Amino acid sequence: MTDQIQKVDIYIMGKKYTVPETLTIMDAMEYAGYQLVRGCGCRAGFCGACATVYRMAGDYELKVGLACQTKVEDGMYLAQIPFFPGRKATFDLEEIKPSTAHFSQLYPEVYRCLGCSSCTKVCPQDIDVMQYIAYIQRGDFQKAADLSFDCLMCGLCVSRCPANIVHYNAALAARRLYSRYIAKPYAFLAERAKAIEEGKMDAEIDELVAADKEKLQELYDNREIEK
Amino acid sequence: MSYTPELMELMKKVEETRPSRVGVNYPRMTPDERRDVLRNFHPDYIEDGFRELKVGVDKGARLTNEMADVFEAYSRLKDVDIDLTAEPDYDVDILIIGGGGAGASAALEAHSAGANVMISTKLRFGDANTMMAQGGIQAADKENDSPAIHYLDVMGGGRLENVPELARALVMDAPLVIKWLEDMGTMFDKKEDGTMITIHGGGTSRKRMHAARDYTGAEIMRTLRDEVLNKGIKVVEFSAAVEIILDDKGSAAGAVLYNLETDQYEVARAKTVIIATGGSGRLHYRGFPTSNHYGATADGLVMGYRAGAKTIYADSIQYHPTGGAYPPQLLGLLVTEKTRGLGATPLNIKGEQFVYHLETRDVASSAIIRECEERGLGVPLPTGITAVWLDSPLIDLIHGEGTIERQLPAMLRQFQRFDVDIRKVPMLIYPTLHYQNGGLLIDENGLSSVNNLYVAGEASGGMHGTNRLMGNSLLDIIVFGRRAGRHAAVVIKDLEVPVGLNLEHLNSYHKELEETGAADGRIGPMLLPRYTHR
Repeated sequence: MTDQIQKVDIYIMGKKYTVPETLTIMDAMEYAGYQLVRGCGCRAGFCGACATVYRMAGDYELKVGLACQTKVEDGMYLAQIPFFPGRKATFDLEEIKPSTAHFSQLYPEVYRCLGCSSCTKVCPQDIDVMQYIAYIQRGDFQKAADLSFDCLMCGLCVSRCPANIVHYNAALAARRLYSRYIAKPYAFLAERAKAIEEGKMDAEIDELVAADKEKLQELYDNREIEK
Repeated sequence: MSYTPELMELMKKVEETRPSRVGVNYPRMTPDERRDVLRNFHPDYIEDGFRELKVGVDKGARLTNEMADVFEAYSRLKDVDIDLTAEPDYDVDILIIGGGGAGASAALEAHSAGANVMISTKLRFGDANTMMAQGGIQAADKENDSPAIHYLDVMGGGRLENVPELARALVMDAPLVIKWLEDMGTMFDKKEDGTMITIHGGGTSRKRMHAARDYTGAEIMRTLRDEVLNKGIKVVEFSAAVEIILDDKGSAAGAVLYNLETDQYEVARAKTVIIATGGSGRLHYRGFPTSNHYGATADGLVMGYRAGAKTIYADSIQYHPTGGAYPPQLLGLLVTEKTRGLGATPLNIKGEQFVYHLETRDVASSAIIRECEERGLGVPLPTGITAVWLDSPLIDLIHGEGTIERQLPAMLRQFQRFDVDIRKVPMLIYPTLHYQNGGLLIDENGLSSVNNLYVAGEASGGMHGTNRLMGNSLLDIIVFGRRAGRHAAVVIKDLEVPVGLNLEHLNSYHKELEETGAADGRIGPMLLPRYTHR
């Protein structure tokens, strides 16, 4: 198998390396000899540590991807952006409400969006970032929460924004506000939590905790399973 | 499409049998069949993968070779002078080592109880297996369910080897944890009226798996992290703890931290220490690929063990039945159990199901290994390995079009990146190294066998026995993170600032290593795996 794999030339921060074409950017950097400290996290597309920008030789367009989720291509000029400064507003969730009045105090820059769509174009998760910013501006936190949900907080949007918006932090605040105040609380959960705290669930479980293994195995093997 | 023409041809079998499989439940294994497949095919039972530990408090205990290698290793500080008499670089009540879900939960609880807390973490805050947990978190918060029913699932799934008191704590705190997260603004999947949407997971007897699409861990982690930052808790990143510091009474009193970027050592003094460093998948037991985070190298186990903390079931490893097998870029990647929860079934090369799709992880993994190795009914891949199908298109057939898009956006996206549309074609999967079932032994408060040393999350063990159920690890990290944080915050009120800080335990550990010749020149903890020049 190894013999059949084609190699491609990539340029890590301008320096050329020849690597197997099947590799992701992250694997290719390691293949080239980099011991990654920054720019590498979950290696599975969940953590946003490995935001990478690149251009293809001869092409003007700036492209982006997560290093762990993007295959190398011949003529790729790349650099990682493992960190990009972004402000996080601190807040007490119990003191604020999902209102434009409150949100504009946390993140006033959100309301200065220029509508250039650079954030949307750069998102490696293909999220319509500018649209969720627009939802926040309108005070529609439910839609903002829903649309921004798959955000990995990699920071590429922030790196491109001419209005200095920190989209991912604004989105996180919007999701927390939505979840705390707009989505209905689960009524029975509060009831169950109260029952546990008052010790009302103790007797049933303590009987099992005291049971020997034989008894437990029998109960387990014959337990009723919800359809 | 990145499937080869050969794979496309084999896939026709799956399509042929699909109509006859919709809505048909494959029988569950009998208890005897389960025990049989485990004994013969689960890697935990393959003896040449293990050896007896030659040094430390659990001398003689059985460990995987790879974990024994990091346990039987010299300290990174062996030839480094650390001045423990000087003013420490950090001085806090509670030092939390690790910035995942357990560390963050411990920090929030300890902080709210008034303690001066600091998190030191090897990579970024939030770089942890927590972030990658997709499928869900269990809690008995439906009317047809109870903590006792949850308990029976936990114990049975754990082969009844769980520490009962820890399993009890796990399930009793579960609804409280969900409430805590809900109040914190975690975006769980809910119905219009607020009812949590819950489904089955492998080995559950009630539908109690709560999710946030298939980014459940990520959603929990980013919420916890945001709250830690809101509270102004000190977080030091790229700062890996390499050894626990003890005081003149042999109690934990801080840690030596290593700045990964400047190669400098720093000293953190603390009245209590909480190890929340996570798992060990990056040790790649038996050469298996892993679904784990880059930093999952058992660091906390190694330093805790050297300081005298006992282990439990540290030889028990969970192989997740559905790791990505093809395309090669997805090798080892976790295919969330929610995929099976929603009805996708494992199939052999003939397009036939060979195991009930919601068996516990250990049983399902063993059945897949048997299908490929013993029965020769795996699907051969161009990469030289064999795999089985996971029939994801069934999901939309069962629950209606759009279900995969709504319920499994991360999975859909990850396969789409490599031109595999899981709505239309089945996935190719094989077990992947997923979780460390055991770890350092704790009590219900998270306290280890070393005074003032707590452990929480995947680094700890006992609650899951020798096989954890899906949705109980996100639960475990928060339950025991909170318990450790709360307990430590009370304990510190009666503690003076520790004196006589020392690393004497390393000398005696090294002496044992010398006498037994066990270390063979190795240095630990590993901190980061090496994948360069492969």
